[in-house]
Amino acid sequence: MFAGTFVFALINSSILILLAIGFNLTFGISGVANFAYGALYVMSAYLSWTMLNLLHLPFWASAALSIAFTMIAGALMYRFILLRVRGQALSEVIATFGIGLSILEVFRYLGLVGFEYTLPVFWNESIMIAGAYVDVQRIVIVLIALVLVLGLWLFTHFTSTGLAFRGIAQDERTALTFGIDSDRIAALSVSFGAGLAAIAATIIIPLGSIAPDEGYDVLIKALAVCIIGGLGSTGGVIVAGVIIGFAERFTDTYIGSHWTMIVSLAAILLVLAIKPSGLFGQQKELEERI
Amino acid sequence: MLRVESVSKIFGRVAAVDRLSCEVRSGELVGIIGPNGSGKTTLVNLISGFIKPTSGRILYNGQDITHTAPHKIVGMGISRTFQMVRPFYQLPAYKNMIIPLYSPRVRELAGGRYGDRNAVALDLLEEVGFERDANVAYKPAGTLPQGYLKRLELAKAIALSPQLLILDELFSGMSLAEVASVVPVIEKLRMAGKTIIMIEHRLKELFRIADRIMVLNYGRKIADGAAAEVMESDEVKKAYLGSEE
Amino acid sequence: MKKRRERIDRGIKARSEDVYALASWREMLYLAGPRLLPAAAFLLLPLFLGAYWQKVMISVAVFALLAISWDMLAQTGMISLGQALFFGMGAYVSGILNVYFGMPPWITIPIATVSGGLLCTLILRPVLRLRGIYFSMVTLIIPLMLVRIIEATKIFGGTEGLSGMTPLPSTLVEIYLVTGVLLGVLFGLRRLMETDYGLVLKGIRDNDRSVTNAGINIYWFKTQALFIASTIGAFAGAFMTHVYMFVGMPVFALDYSILPMAAAVVGGGGTFAGATLGAVILVPMSEALRGIGGLRIVMYGLFLVVFTVAVPEGLFDYIQRKYHQMERWVEIDQ
Repeated sequence: MFAGTFVFALINSSILILLAIGFNLTFGISGVANFAYGALYVMSAYLSWTMLNLLHLPFWASAALSIAFTMIAGALMYRFILLRVRGQALSEVIATFGIGLSILEVFRYLGLVGFEYTLPVFWNESIMIAGAYVDVQRIVIVLIALVLVLGLWLFTHFTSTGLAFRGIAQDERTALTFGIDSDRIAALSVSFGAGLAAIAATIIIPLGSIAPDEGYDVLIKALAVCIIGGLGSTGGVIVAGVIIGFAERFTDTYIGSHWTMIVSLAAILLVLAIKPSGLFGQQKELEERI
Repeated sequence: MLRVESVSKIFGRVAAVDRLSCEVRSGELVGIIGPNGSGKTTLVNLISGFIKPTSGRILYNGQDITHTAPHKIVGMGISRTFQMVRPFYQLPAYKNMIIPLYSPRVRELAGGRYGDRNAVALDLLEEVGFERDANVAYKPAGTLPQGYLKRLELAKAIALSPQLLILDELFSGMSLAEVASVVPVIEKLRMAGKTIIMIEHRLKELFRIADRIMVLNYGRKIADGAAAEVMESDEVKKAYLGSEE
Repeated sequence: MKKRRERIDRGIKARSEDVYALASWREMLYLAGPRLLPAAAFLLLPLFLGAYWQKVMISVAVFALLAISWDMLAQTGMISLGQALFFGMGAYVSGILNVYFGMPPWITIPIATVSGGLLCTLILRPVLRLRGIYFSMVTLIIPLMLVRIIEATKIFGGTEGLSGMTPLPSTLVEIYLVTGVLLGVLFGLRRLMETDYGLVLKGIRDNDRSVTNAGINIYWFKTQALFIASTIGAFAGAFMTHVYMFVGMPVFALDYSILPMAAAVVGGGGTFAGATLGAVILVPMSEALRGIGGLRIVMYGLFLVVFTVAVPEGLFDYIQRKYHQMERWVEIDQ
């Protein structure tokens, strides 16, 4: 039982990490709050579904297109809304939260809920790992999570755009003097974050179905991981994802499934009490914002 | 009165302040100078508690304040101004003074009651040169030019009745006349026995009033003494002018 | 010939600026009117409304309280995405005290108000040291997590919740209780924020480093503002438990977080009166639009976006400006 739980914990952690990465990129790295994250996640799933089932496009095309559309949606959201309240973090939060809310509730109103609303898995098989049947889809999740995390780290440390992302989060003025167009980079960052959400949706949704409530759940999970791991730190996302993922899974197996969310909440409260900026948090406390 | 013992502050790989030690005796007026980026403001941030050092200790009247919260340090009698002045723009100048006057330290020193904050604010502003008849103190801070804003910042620091006053580039942005109007205020504080540290780029004005000058470069102290001898030092000249190579 | 638009104070505003306003009924009315009229409306309307609209009025007052609580936090620099947390805490404490311990409403409500406020303040205290965004994040997820926890662990009645509370003596009592509290909070907080204490709080929002430099412990002040706001929210929850005679998971739902925020944003933050105005507009509108169901939240969401981006000062500010100032076209001297 332990081995099986361990494997599923790993998978759970990968899911959490995948969900949090996009949010972490946008807010933690570029300093742009995007509370419409969950809504973009769900929206991309519905887009894929529409293209798949109504336009009868092949799976790969639907997925690619929906990721592209979501990225464009993110950029548009920045251009038309975030741009006007840029710099006032509080207004950014309210505005993006409002958008996310509207999108999700429109979907709920349209009644697009039910088992037929789901995306197909990549390979419909399972293999045996450590005495438990694990479907290939879940393994794909772990692999893609690894690839994305690595790719993101490389991107933000070795490409000029990626470094620019980090630059505008650290010190926007200085970045501007380097000729970095902070608005363009910020738009790209929101866009990339949205794209990551879409990728995550494409491979995670097949495990269940698409529902507007997923949007809120995703936002909660992403926020929880970022709070515990520390906003802006990819390492923090990984560690926090692992901690929460394992804690949830093991709680589920050995204590009882209804305790999992309590464990998550307790983890958050604990982190807040001991190291509020998160385990790897680089968010300096007020004193250091000179 | 103030002792900085081998204090370092490292940001990433850069040592903004590098094993710096110095001492300020009660009643002195010490000037801190140095090229841009030499760590002057970081040192002030460390002393006033806004940043914690990576290593080293800071002692004030014998008490270790290295890890004390900034608002408590103000309560102990150290008060500082900021280089980048950011008042509450929509409020009139004198209303900007209300917040420092609301400080627990002010109440303690007044014997438990605050008194009329508005009147005290107007008086303090007049002292630093806000002409009373022109009602400058009533103008919104956002409409005032830099010289007035700097003096407002000074007034805010004085309002806290500090024992040690740290002025970060007070003179920058002031006209000669404005500097001339502020120097008597500083002299008056000295005569009242206050200790003052001034970070400055305007050396002529600083040298006239300072007892002692400290020179920083790349986070280290490279000279410490009377103005004349410090400016003769080769290392100081190299820091400011570069070496002939 | 070029013209520009000029705004100047109305004559009557200038005339009522100082003590001589007492000399004329017109000027006194000008000053007192905006305060007396709404107060009178709140106090007299209930006597003329039918049962249905009386319930709506109660809703208006409750959401106004939550909106005012939101506004209080916003003025101190904290954006709460989770007013439902305060509401739900107060609601559950009051419900538990009543159902499990049999205490009557006039005891449960005050206790729930204060303890609900204390609990929320304790939970949120650690986040006050961090950037505002953390506060928003935490206030968003904690109530949502609590919903799921209650659902899963079935404590305090689980999905069915607790029911069978002692009701309040009558609908009129309900209305006057909540309206009285609303008016008291509204005028009281407006007064408070105009004092030097309020200046400190607003200073924390504008430039917290400067306030720290003035020797003031900003965390302590933020905690106080949080306590005031959460107590108000807890009262709203405690009160509603006895009105509905029920408390369950829905008290932590997003609805109780979104509508107050939308009300404050639409009416205009920073004045408390704006928050109240927003509630007065949105709650009846929400009732009237019951037919479109879930789309209402879409509407709130859109309001949030539109008003935050395009009309940040809100409706109250617009009305206030019209009341105090007039506009006219004036020639520009070339």
